[in-house]
Order: sequence, then structure tokens, then C-alpha cells
Amino acid sequence: MRENVVIRTVSRLAVPFIQLFGLYVIAHGASGPGGGFQGGVAFAAAFILMIIAFGIADVRKRINNRGIMIFSIFGIALYAAVGLLSILYAGNFLQLNVIEAALGIPHLHGILIDIAEAGIGITVMAIMISIIYDMADTGGESA
Amino acid sequence: MIEVIFDLFTSHYNYWMAIILMLIGLYALIAKQNLVKKIIGLNIFQTAIFLFYISFAEVTGGTAPVYLPEGAEALYVNPLPHVLILTAIVVGVSITAVALSLIVRIYEEYGVMDEDELMKVVRER
Amino acid sequence: MSIMEQLPVLLIIGPIIAALIILAAGWHDRRLCYPVMLLSITGQFIASLVLLLQVIQDGTIRYYLGGWAPPLGIELVIDSFSGFILSTIMLLALLAIVYARRSVEAEVPAEKIVSFYVLVQLLIIGLVGMTITGDVFNLYVFLEISSIATYTLIAGTRSPRSYVAGFNYLIMGSIAAGFILLGIGYLYVATGTLNMAEIAMLLPASYELSTVHAAFLFLMIGFSIKAAFFPLHLWLPDAYTESPSAVTVIISTVMAKVSVYAMIRILFTIFTTAYIIESFPVTEFILLIATIAIVAGAILAIAQNDLKRMLAYSSISQIGYIMFAVGVANQIALEGGLLHILGHAMMKGCLFMVAGLIIYRMGTSNMLELRGVAGTMPISCAAFALAGASMIGIPPTIGFMSKYYLVLGAFEAGYWLYAAVLLIGSLLAAGYIWRFIEIAYFGDHHHKGDQTTTPEGPISMIAPMVCLALLCLILGIFVEMPMEIIGPAAMILLGGI
Repeated sequence: MRENVVIRTVSRLAVPFIQLFGLYVIAHGASGPGGGFQGGVAFAAAFILMIIAFGIADVRKRINNRGIMIFSIFGIALYAAVGLLSILYAGNFLQLNVIEAALGIPHLHGILIDIAEAGIGITVMAIMISIIYDMADTGGESA
Repeated sequence: MIEVIFDLFTSHYNYWMAIILMLIGLYALIAKQNLVKKIIGLNIFQTAIFLFYISFAEVTGGTAPVYLPEGAEALYVNPLPHVLILTAIVVGVSITAVALSLIVRIYEEYGVMDEDELMKVVRER
Repeated sequence: MSIMEQLPVLLIIGPIIAALIILAAGWHDRRLCYPVMLLSITGQFIASLVLLLQVIQDGTIRYYLGGWAPPLGIELVIDSFSGFILSTIMLLALLAIVYARRSVEAEVPAEKIVSFYVLVQLLIIGLVGMTITGDVFNLYVFLEISSIATYTLIAGTRSPRSYVAGFNYLIMGSIAAGFILLGIGYLYVATGTLNMAEIAMLLPASYELSTVHAAFLFLMIGFSIKAAFFPLHLWLPDAYTESPSAVTVIISTVMAKVSVYAMIRILFTIFTTAYIIESFPVTEFILLIATIAIVAGAILAIAQNDLKRMLAYSSISQIGYIMFAVGVANQIALEGGLLHILGHAMMKGCLFMVAGLIIYRMGTSNMLELRGVAGTMPISCAAFALAGASMIGIPPTIGFMSKYYLVLGAFEAGYWLYAAVLLIGSLLAAGYIWRFIEIAYFGDHHHKGDQTTTPEGPISMIAPMVCLALLCLILGIFVEMPMEIIGPAAMILLGGI
């Protein structure tokens, strides 16, 4: 791949901001527009930008296939755990107000929604990166 | 007569546009030979349906469904279709990903992207 | 008891967690996948039986996700119809998984086995979700989960032709899903709700609106593609033929039935008989198409030389029988149709298992190369004969009972001519089933080499096959057992209770 200083510098500058924006969208999911999926995609977009700018081998050093699998399992497990937690407190699946009532912590359901959204975000990010990896793996030598 | 048709078009132009866009996508999906173009057609087709949902969620003068200081007094657009379409977009992305990876494998195996040629090659083997 | 109340949602969440465990276990050791899978499907099967018993005892079960009641939240509904379909598909899924182990080892590349099981689990989650959801948009989401899993599973063999079959199905399936999504949109415009029961309640006020007609047509076309109802069946033969045998068993029995289930749900629960018979009379049209499907599917099946492809075309014909019941739309015919859903799932599952075992053993499914195969594989061919007899409708098999009810229903509604077509369909079925029987039993023996010295296949493949073949016979004799649940189910569909 041909070196391109402008692209590399700009993406190096942009990546942290894109990731921060992704985290903001995830964290904002409970009380405003946003949520796990959008945030996860925005977060993964930063990785995709890095793949385009620095090449796939460089990104693979940071997050490999094993990492992706662990992230995606961890994300869904987090979501399922929040949902099942409410069953433990004799509510229905994802009925978060029963947990809040049982523990007596104000705004707990918002926090729990954020945890569930973070789980979704982690999974979406991992899956998005794995789609790109998969395409790059099978697509011959172009990547 | 012309006026009636014109009225019908202008009063529901968002639906007309969604349907026209959908038909463009469907045409590409059926008539295009290149497999990647078929997938682009599929995306146009799905996007048209998303637009249809978003357009009927619109309330005249409504604002984005974010809780305002006025509370329930403020006029909001219907947020439910937005949420539904968010889910549908996720589905669309997944389908596109599966379709593209299938195309990549078909191309690796047969070396063609064109549907007619692909059928020819498949039949020969 | 709390766990009993939570059972509907655990039926979906449990397998999702199981899918994650399969993925993690597969990373550690590939051999661990299968036991986890078997355990989770067995658990689901038991849960579905428990739910069915609960429905029989206490009536419809409703579960509100997150504790939000219907207009706001999503509900899961298990009535006798969905309970019946649920336990049918879980029984078939369990047997298919038992069967899958050796078949998958032979047909799917080793490095893909982990993802294969994860995808099968996701497919079953999607189908279970479609069966028990009470929300139309949720139905769409689960439909897409199962579809995406299917596209990938079909493309999972070593043969590159399966990629093309998977891609073609993806195109057809996505168009269908798009139509369904659009239809749901129109329904939402007309009623302002997505809950099935609420839509059914609010819809009569706007039966004359063209919005509702459009919604109905889009949903009908979409689900017709998904269920491979006659003129929209073109994806089916390739998809069934090229996919791995275990996948063919699952999609031909479980998935096809759930698509038909969803269509019947839409027709009878959401639009109700008042709409499809009086306001927008389509039942006669469905009946006409169904009879064409029965005859055309059977004739196309006779013309095939490949065993799996022949069975695939036969599926098109059999879907016609189920839609025939929808077209007649009275109590007896619907009972016959629902019984045929169970019966066809069992016999077609058995026949595809035989086809898979023949491929496993003989390496081909071309019937011209299978002369005298009964000498080498007596049990399989006997199972084929038994399930085939059920397919033709020879008493006392379950296939006979369902067709008997269908004919009775058609007589009651005064459709004499259509009832005659049912019998012609049976004769044509005899044509294609007999063709294989003749080749298998009376063809020249080419395979004398390894005759009877070796067992004809792994026991894990033979057992589910024999089990299904015997079930075709036993449930045909003791037909009151399934009828006990089918009767109320048909009554619910027709608006009773």
C-alpha cells in the first residue's frame, strides 16, 4: 500500500473523536436519541477508518478474531444478564422497575438500561469489525 | 381529471416517492445482471420501505421525539416507526453483509460476477 | 411458580445463551459443541411440551416483555394453535439435531462446524420466536433472524453450487421480507398498533379501505414466497437440493411449517374470516391456486431424477394441501390442514433423512444410480416406504387422516370438483413415491460389494428416521391424540372461543 501522509494523519486525529462520539451515543441511549446499535456502529467505524488508512494487519494487532469473539459474547451476555436479573426479582424479562423498587436506588433502571445498551454496543462493534475482517480474508489479495 | 390525479399525487407525494424508489430497487434487483448491482438494488428497495415508515411517522409541526421541558404538551412526531426502522436497518445491514460475502465466495469459486455467465458456468460443472 | 411463568421468554433467551456457549465451547474444543446443542434443544422441546400442557389446561398464555402491557409493549402469546406448532417444530428440530451429527461431519467442512451449530440454534430461536410472538413487527424481526441463518446454512456445504442456491434464496427471501415489512407498515397506518389482537379488534372499522387491501396483498405475497406457495416457489428446489442434508431436514420441516403458520396467523387471526371471505373474498382464489400447486408440484416431482430434488418439488405439492384447507376455511378442513402440517413435517422429515443417509452411504442422490439400493439399505428403504405411504395417503397413516379431513371439509363446503383434485394429487404422489420404491426394490443390484456385512449407517442417523416413520403410522392410528389440540386450534382460527 502506498503511503499517504494526509490520510494517515487525519485518520489518526479523527479516530479518538469518532470513538468518543460512539461512547457518547451509547451512554446517551437511556434518556435521548442514541443507543447501543448506533453507538456500536460509530465505534466500529473508527476501526474501519483505521483499516482503510493503516491496512488490515495493523488493526489485527489491536483486535484479533479471538478478541472479537470474546467481545461479542461478553456483550450479549451483559444484555441477557440485565434481562435475567429482573426475573430474579420476580419481574418479567427486562422489567427493570422491579429491581429499582427492590433495591431502593433512584434512577437505577436508567443505569441498567445503559448497561444493557453498552452490551449491545460492544457486540455490534465486534460484529461490524468481524464482517470487515471476513470480507478482507476471502476477497483475495486486494486488502 | 388531470387535477384529480395531480391532487392525488401531491397530497400523498411521500408515499408515491417511496413506491417509485421501491420499484427502482425492485427493477435493479430483477433486471441487473451484475450480482453486486443486485445487492445495491436490494438496498434501494429496503431503503424505500424505511422512508415510507419514516414519512408516515411525520406529524405536521412536530418536533423530534426527545423529551422537551414542556413535557407532554409539546407536539412530537411518532417515535415508534423510527424505532422499528432502526431494527429494520440492522436487519438490512446483516443481509447485505451475508449477500456480499456470498458474492465474494461465488466470485472466488467461479470467477464471474454476471448472473447469466454464472448460470452457464454452474451448468457446465 | 415463577419459573413456569417465565417459560415463554426463557424459550427464546435460553437458546440465545446456549448459542453463545456453543460458540465459546467450540473455540475451546470443537467436539463440545454438539452436546451443548443437544442439551439446549432438548430443554426447548421439554419446555414446549410443558407450555402445550399448560395451554390445554388453563387456556391461552400471555407474557408481557418488560412488564409492559400490549398497546405499549411486546407480548408473547401461546394459544392452542401456536402451542401445537411449537411442539411440532421442536420435536422435528430435536430429531433433526440427533440426525445432524454424523451427517454434518460428512458434509460440512470441519472448520465450519462450530458456526454451523450456532446458526442452527439461531434459526430455531427465530422460528420459535415467530411462533410465539403476538406482535407483527416482532414477527418480522424473528422471520429475518431465521432467514439470515438459513441463507448462511444453505451455503454451508463443500459444494460451491450451494453458494449460488443460498444467494438466490437470499434475493427471493429479502424481497419477501420487504413486502412483509411494507404490509406491516400499511397495517400500522390503518390501525395505529402492532399488536396482533389489537389489530384484529381495530381492523373491522377500516375493512373497506384500500390501505388494508394493500396491506393484505403485500403480506400474502411475502409469506407466499417464504412458504413456497406455488407460483412463488422457484427458490425452493435449489435451496433444498444444494444444502447439507441436515439443513434440508430442518428447513423442509421446521422452517416451511413456521412460514405457513405465520401466513395462517395473518389470514385468520389478524384479518379474520370476516375479511377474507366477505370483505375481500380471496379464499376461492387461494383454493384455486392451491389445487394448481398440488397438481403442478406433483407432476414436477415425477419429472425429477434427483431424489432430493424430487422431494423438494413434492414439498410444493404438499404446501398446496395445507393452503387448500385455508381456501376451504371451515372447521373440518382446517383441522385437516393443521393435521397435515404435523403429518407433512414428519413424513417429509423422514424422507429427507432417508435421502441424506443415502447420500452419506452411497455418495449420490441421483435415482438412476441407486438401483437396488434396498438390498444395501433395507431399514432406510422401509422407512421411505412407510413415510411414502403416508405421503400418498394410504390408510391408516397420518397422511390419509389429514387428506380424509380435507376431503370431508371440501364436501361440506360444496367444493366437489376441488375434492376430486385432492384425489388426483394423491395418485400423482403415488407416482413419484412409487418411482423410487421401484428403483430401490426392483432395480438390478449394482452394490453387491458391501451388502449386509456392514451396518447401513450410524445409529444416530437411523434412529430419528425410524422414529419419524413409526410416528407417521402411530399418529395415524391414534389420530384422536393430535386432534385433541387441533380441534380447539382450528376453532380459535375461525373466531370461536
